Amino acid sequence: MPKTDFVVRIGGDTAKDPGIITTGEIITHAAAQSGLHIYTFKTFPAEIKGGQALFQVRIADYILLSQGDAVDVLVVFSREAYELNAPDLAEDAILIYDSGNFQPEPVTNRIDYGVPLAEIAQNQVGSLLSKNIVAIGVLTAILGIPREVMAKTIGEQFGARGRAIVETNLKALDAGIDYVNQNKIKPADYIFQPITPLPKLVLDGNEAVSLGAIVAGMKVFAGYPITPASDILHFMQRELPKFGGDALQTEDEISAISLAIGASFAGKKSMTATSGPGFSLMVESINLAAMAEIPLVIVDVQRGGASTGMPTKMAQGDLNIALYGVHNESPRIVIGLTSVEDSFYGIIRAFNLAEIYQTPVVVLSDQYLAPRKATINEPDLEEIEIIDRMIPSKEQLKNYRRYKITASGISPMAIPGIENGAYIAEGIEHNEMSAPAYTPQIHAEMTRKRFKKLETLTSSIYVDEFVRRYGHEYPEIGIIGWGSSEGVIREAVSKAEIKGGKVAALHPKLLNPLPVKHIMEFVRPLRRIIVPEANYTGQFAALLRDRCGINPIQLNKDVGLPFTPGEILAKIEEVAETL
Amino acid sequence: MAQRAAKDYRGSIKPIWCPGCGHYGILSAIYQGFSNLNLNPSEVVVVSGIGCSGRLPGYLRTYGFHGVHGRALPLATGVKIANPKLTVLVAGGDGDSYSIGAGHIPHAARRNADLTYIVMNNGVYSLTKGQHSPTSSPQLLSKQTQLRPLQDALNPIAFAVACDVSFVARGYSHARNELADLIIQAIQHKGFALIDVLSPCPTFNRVQTSDFYRNNIVPIASNHDAADKFQAFIWANETGKIPVGIFYKVRKPTLQERLEERRIQSGREEMSMRNLFEKFY
Repeated sequence: MPKTDFVVRIGGDTAKDPGIITTGEIITHAAAQSGLHIYTFKTFPAEIKGGQALFQVRIADYILLSQGDAVDVLVVFSREAYELNAPDLAEDAILIYDSGNFQPEPVTNRIDYGVPLAEIAQNQVGSLLSKNIVAIGVLTAILGIPREVMAKTIGEQFGARGRAIVETNLKALDAGIDYVNQNKIKPADYIFQPITPLPKLVLDGNEAVSLGAIVAGMKVFAGYPITPASDILHFMQRELPKFGGDALQTEDEISAISLAIGASFAGKKSMTATSGPGFSLMVESINLAAMAEIPLVIVDVQRGGASTGMPTKMAQGDLNIALYGVHNESPRIVIGLTSVEDSFYGIIRAFNLAEIYQTPVVVLSDQYLAPRKATINEPDLEEIEIIDRMIPSKEQLKNYRRYKITASGISPMAIPGIENGAYIAEGIEHNEMSAPAYTPQIHAEMTRKRFKKLETLTSSIYVDEFVRRYGHEYPEIGIIGWGSSEGVIREAVSKAEIKGGKVAALHPKLLNPLPVKHIMEFVRPLRRIIVPEANYTGQFAALLRDRCGINPIQLNKDVGLPFTPGEILAKIEEVAETL
Repeated sequence: MAQRAAKDYRGSIKPIWCPGCGHYGILSAIYQGFSNLNLNPSEVVVVSGIGCSGRLPGYLRTYGFHGVHGRALPLATGVKIANPKLTVLVAGGDGDSYSIGAGHIPHAARRNADLTYIVMNNGVYSLTKGQHSPTSSPQLLSKQTQLRPLQDALNPIAFAVACDVSFVARGYSHARNELADLIIQAIQHKGFALIDVLSPCPTFNRVQTSDFYRNNIVPIASNHDAADKFQAFIWANETGKIPVGIFYKVRKPTLQERLEERRIQSGREEMSMRNLFEKFY
């Protein structure tokens, strides 16, 4: 039976084989334009040039939840790339390699196609650089991608660089296709059948966050360059002015978050985006925003390792700092984004919560989610709820108290320019009138008021939107995950169910305040609980022990790479043995 | 609108400053300057950091933001970006502005947001009881340690001129009318204005006292050309007396003007969310 779900990977050295990422993106766009679903995964070396990179795309005619387990088609230009990627190949994989460069040892069941990629590029196309596109030609023929689809994508990719460049690349495409036809290489038994495309957007996680923020009504963005969050800064600098907003690159992360806080105080929805090291610099100001009750969204695109660590690698290591990165105590909301689509809707929810509760919202993305592309249906803007902060009424302005103690903890927020609303946004402990005050009674009351907002959120209708459950109705084994591993876990759970396992998963997207009630309902029938997370110590597992009094089995992977469905499935099977 | 009096800007909170503190003079000069310009208190934001200076916003009837130590400039920049119609005044002490927050001054100058920065320079950390600051006199014995400063004093005027702050002035807290006049000119200046205000601390600074300043400050010569950066440097590095007045003043594009130009260049008129989505088909 032909495969309708397969993984294509291109691997190589970014200095010797330039264009690896572009090549992968061309295949991705050809698939997306054909109406197929895609799920990409890439790794980069941290160096500007040189080092091994890979681009991988999973293509299917149904919605994809993960990058997949094994590689079905691998394209490599050198022995080094071959050796690095060979262990990830499926048993019946197709290997396309540059036969002018090296000769791999044959492996049973694997189909190897040696194509002199560089030689064809040099001799037939007249440009060694076009060897990637020759490889695309080979893939186009082997996968049965209609030539016109690929030619259109190449035209779009290189169009800006002039007619001649497009012609050269189309020549390379045809040279690759011709080689397959002339040598009678058998097409793969895969389906790449264009289906009628719905209007779909091809976005990566950072783009989804950026679009969502603009839809949410963000008008001021400030950031400082840092991998892997910089793309959000670039996006905002290009696009935000078109919507009447302003984006700035500041002198450091402290300035970025301070600027965002100032702008929000003055009435504009604002955001900053960073990664771990920058987030560390921001914690003092997050505390200020919580104390002064300023709505604010902070995106942390997590990366691997402590300190400078591994800027281009994946981790879920910033949960603790997101939850607890503060001196003393102040309320904040923490959201974990789970997919590209969720990045779009999640950031809108983050702005809504920041506005309603007038407190900072930390949004956790990561290096796995931020750069990977996926197709999402075009959002229906009419259906999206956008909420703005509560400002004082005329009546409330008669004897205005900015930090008035209320049942919900929320007090109407005046904006500079509003007559009779003048107040001091205070980082120092203060009374209802925003005057400095530290009596035991005032501190106790104001602390309770600020934290009351989280209780109000916990008992609100919003919490249900943040919890997803899937899998068996009466499970024995349950998985509780957070952040970008949702799709991988979900795929593992479906596979386990097919094998007859009584397995279910719960994925809370709200990490503070934690939806404890939902978690307790989920764990009640369980005999075993597994918590997979991409960090060393098990930060989420520790949170669950603390807040829910449960003791999950930890599955930690801290190598700079995301989980695969197979790894989660293996753990499920291992735990099932102990039942 | 009737002319507002200085007292119309006075807040309800009583200052925590010690009797004889120079900061009272600065606060009065601000009231006077605001009154002279007849600013609507609802359209003024006063932003501060931490220290004796940090309490200033609470003593006015305007909007205010009392933020963390050293970050008043970026906070104020955000306020101004969000609503350019507001008059934004920033207050800092010599520790807040020239030590923990000094890294923001060059970049505030590069952005040239339309802010008025008043540095209440008393040459000592007073709220924390007398440690040396970046502008402490080499003769100042710290009250707690009875030691002189280990580090040289910073020349804030030369620093500001070197950073190309587009309006650089020095005032003296006890010369209230002259200071009010500097504040008025700084607010009227389009761009980032820094006024270093010498403000004696009677509690912790027994060197840079009001007697010392009375004998040592001199006005900058009336023929000084404030557009001349080299002349400004010469005045900033004057070693005998302490000159007060406007050292440097240039007109360069403000942050608001730069951002507005970006918006025009970006062709905002045609943009809708749908157009943006289409880029990702």
